[in-house]
Amino acid sequence: MTEPREMIRVEKLNKSFGDLHVLYDIDLKVNESDVVVLIGASGSGKSTLLRCLNFLEFKDDGKIIIEGEQVEADTHDLNKVRQKVGMVFQHFNLFPHKTVLGNVIEAPIQVKGLSKKEAIKEGKRLLDKVGLGDKYDVYPSRLSGGQKQRVAIARALAMQPDIMLFDEPTSALDPELVGEVLETMKELGEEGMTMVVVTHEMGFAREVGDWVVYMNEGRIVEEGKPDQIFDQPKEERTKAFLDSIL
Amino acid sequence: MGEFFSIFTGSFDVFMEGLWLTLRLSVVSLLIAIVIGLFFAMLKISRIKVLEIIADLYIWIVRGTPLIVQIFILFYGLAEIWLIPEFWAASIGLAFHSGAYIAEIIRGAIQSITKGQTEAARSLGMNRSLTMRRIVLPQAFRRAVPSLGNQFIIGIKDSSLASFIGLQELFGVSNTMGSNSFNYLPYFFTVAIYYLLIVLILTIAVNQLEKKLAVSD
Ligand SMILES: Nc1ncnc2c1ncn2[C@@H]1O[C@H](COP(=O)(O)OP(=O)(O)O)[C@@H](O)[C@H]1O
Ligand SMILES: [Mg+2]
Repeated sequence: MTEPREMIRVEKLNKSFGDLHVLYDIDLKVNESDVVVLIGASGSGKSTLLRCLNFLEFKDDGKIIIEGEQVEADTHDLNKVRQKVGMVFQHFNLFPHKTVLGNVIEAPIQVKGLSKKEAIKEGKRLLDKVGLGDKYDVYPSRLSGGQKQRVAIARALAMQPDIMLFDEPTSALDPELVGEVLETMKELGEEGMTMVVVTHEMGFAREVGDWVVYMNEGRIVEEGKPDQIFDQPKEERTKAFLDSIL
Repeated sequence: MGEFFSIFTGSFDVFMEGLWLTLRLSVVSLLIAIVIGLFFAMLKISRIKVLEIIADLYIWIVRGTPLIVQIFILFYGLAEIWLIPEFWAASIGLAFHSGAYIAEIIRGAIQSITKGQTEAARSLGMNRSLTMRRIVLPQAFRRAVPSLGNQFIIGIKDSSLASFIGLQELFGVSNTMGSNSFNYLPYFFTVAIYYLLIVLILTIAVNQLEKKLAVSD
C-alpha cells in the first residue's frame, strides 16, 4: 500500500486571544480524502483551530503544513493558500447583493481569472449538483437556510479547493433542513474530498467521518476512528461529553 | 398675489440660468465629495494610527468651521497663490465640506457590513482590495443611499453660499433681482419655490433608487 498523501499537518499549534489561551499544543493530521470530524463543547477552540487552517486567524506558534508546505503568514501569499482550502460557515455568509449564481462565479472570475462563460458553466454544474438548479437568478434572501448553505458549499467548491473546512454548517438551520445539507456533505466526502468538519451531528460523524477528534478547553483530549470514540471512549471527559449530548 | 405671479413668470429665464448653475455646482461638488469621502473613510478604517489621525483632523476642521469661512479662505486666500475661478473655488469648497460628512456616512456603512462578509470573501482567496471593491463597498453604498441623498440635498442648499463669491446661482439671481427692483421679498419667495421643487424631485428620485436597490432584500 502506498502512503496516503498528507493534506494538512498541524504541529504544536498554540493560539491566544490576548490573555486567553485557546489552543494548546494542537497536533493534527489529515490525509487526502479523509473526513475528520472535530467535536467538543462550545468554547473548546474548534472554530479557532479551523480558522487557523485557512488563516482567518493567525497562530502564535507551531507549524501549519498544507499539502507538504509549511505556511507562514509573513512569507506566503495567503490568498493562494486559501484558494486550496475552502470554508463553509455556520451563518452561510452569502453575498446578499449577488444572485445565487453571482455568489458562485464571483471568486472564480475575480481571483482565478476564469472567463464569465466558463465560470457560469461550472457554477451551474455545481448548483445542479447541490440541488439548486432552479435557483440561479434568485437572491439569497429568498432561500431557506438549507438552500443558503448548499449555495455556500457550491461557492466554495467553485474555487476547486483540495480541502474543505466546515464550521458547524448545520447549527443555524431549522431541524428539518439539516438533512439536506448533511446529505450534500456526505456526497462530497464520498467523492473523495478532504474535509475537516466541526459539528454536533454525531450521526454524521459516525457515518461519514473517518476520524473523530474530541477537543476540550483548547486541547485534543482523544481521537480515533468513529466507532472507537463513540463506543469505547478511553477518556472520562470524552465519555462525559458524549453522554451530555446524546 | 398677482404681482408675485408676474414676477415669478417674468423672471423665469434668468432663474433657469441660476438653476443650471446651482445644479452644476451641486453635482460637481457631490462627485468630488464622494471621492474625498471615500478616501477619508478608507483612512479611518485603515487601522493605521497616523492615517486615522489625518482623517479625524480633516473631519474636525470641516465640522468645526462655517462653510462660508471655508469657501472664503479657498477663494480669497488661495487667490494670492493661484487665481482659482469662482466656480471651482465654490465646487471644491462645497466638496471639501460635504466630503467630511460623506466620509462618516461611508465609514459607518462599511462598518455595518458584518465581518462574515469579509471572511467569506477572504476564504475564497480574494485579497483585501478585491474584497473591499466587490463585496463590502457595493453593500455599503446601498446602505448609504438614504444618507447620501440627504447629504446631497444639504449640498444643494449650501451651494447658495457660492453667491457670496459672485456666482449667479439661484440665490445669487434672486438677490441681484431683488436689489435691482428694490423689492426683495417676491424674489426670495420665488427662489424658495425653486429649491423646494429641486428637493422634492430629488427626494422622489432617492426613494425610487432605494426601491430599485432593494430587489436583493
Ligand atoms: N476573536 C476572538 N477574540 C477573543 N476571544 C475569542 C475570539 N474568538 C474566539 N474567542 C474565544 O476563544 C475560545 C474558543 O472559541 P471557539 O474557537 O469559537 O470555540 P468553539 O468553536 O469550540 O465553540 C472561546 O473562549 C472564545 O470566547
Ligand atoms: Mg465554533
